[in-house]
Amino acid sequence: MEMYTEILVSFFLVVAGIFGLVGSFGMLKLTDTMQRLHAPTKATTLGVGGVLIASMLYFGLGKAQVSFHELLITIFLFLTAPVTANFIAKTYMARNIKPEELPASEREYGWAVYDDPPGRAEEDFHERERKGRN
Amino acid sequence: MITYALLFAFACFGAGLLFNLWRIAVGPDVADRILALDTMVINAIALMVLYGIWRGTAVYFEASLLIAMVGFISTVAYCRFVLRGDIIE
Repeated sequence: MEMYTEILVSFFLVVAGIFGLVGSFGMLKLTDTMQRLHAPTKATTLGVGGVLIASMLYFGLGKAQVSFHELLITIFLFLTAPVTANFIAKTYMARNIKPEELPASEREYGWAVYDDPPGRAEEDFHERERKGRN
Repeated sequence: MITYALLFAFACFGAGLLFNLWRIAVGPDVADRILALDTMVINAIALMVLYGIWRGTAVYFEASLLIAMVGFISTVAYCRFVLRGDIIE
């Protein structure tokens, strides 16, 4: 294997390791749950991205067998990380934060975690009407 | 040189797994535990890809892709169970 390939792969591996360690250490170090949400969802995802780039370079440049599996994993992880972070934040809000502590949504409807979606109340009413008639 | 970089990355992600385990054991809220489990899945994916580089085979990519999907689905299912008391309404 050529020298510059080795340097490139090693660089990406070391960067990925540092990012992964920082992400997991942040979850240990930060004090509040909402603060703790930041470290793993951003830094660790970037760490895995670094590992996958290193793997692509290693198999593509070093062994001359280009594969796109890594790209698939990277895209999947980068798409799902914000979704999971949003879900975990919602879980925390529903269990620990009262609706009075939040600022007003300044819309016709309240925040999504606490109030029904628009139109849901009327739907429930119509359904109850239908059931009552039967 | 790649060997040492791989060992360094193995050590980092292994230590990360231990930190996650500590957060699962201590974590004051359910949200902390869900977050720690999700991060453990991501760290496990990184370790599997690193092991694939170490052995020089591309066999482990399919496994890590499957684990990524299962991890995402399980996190969402766990969150929905805590949020709504039900997974599929």
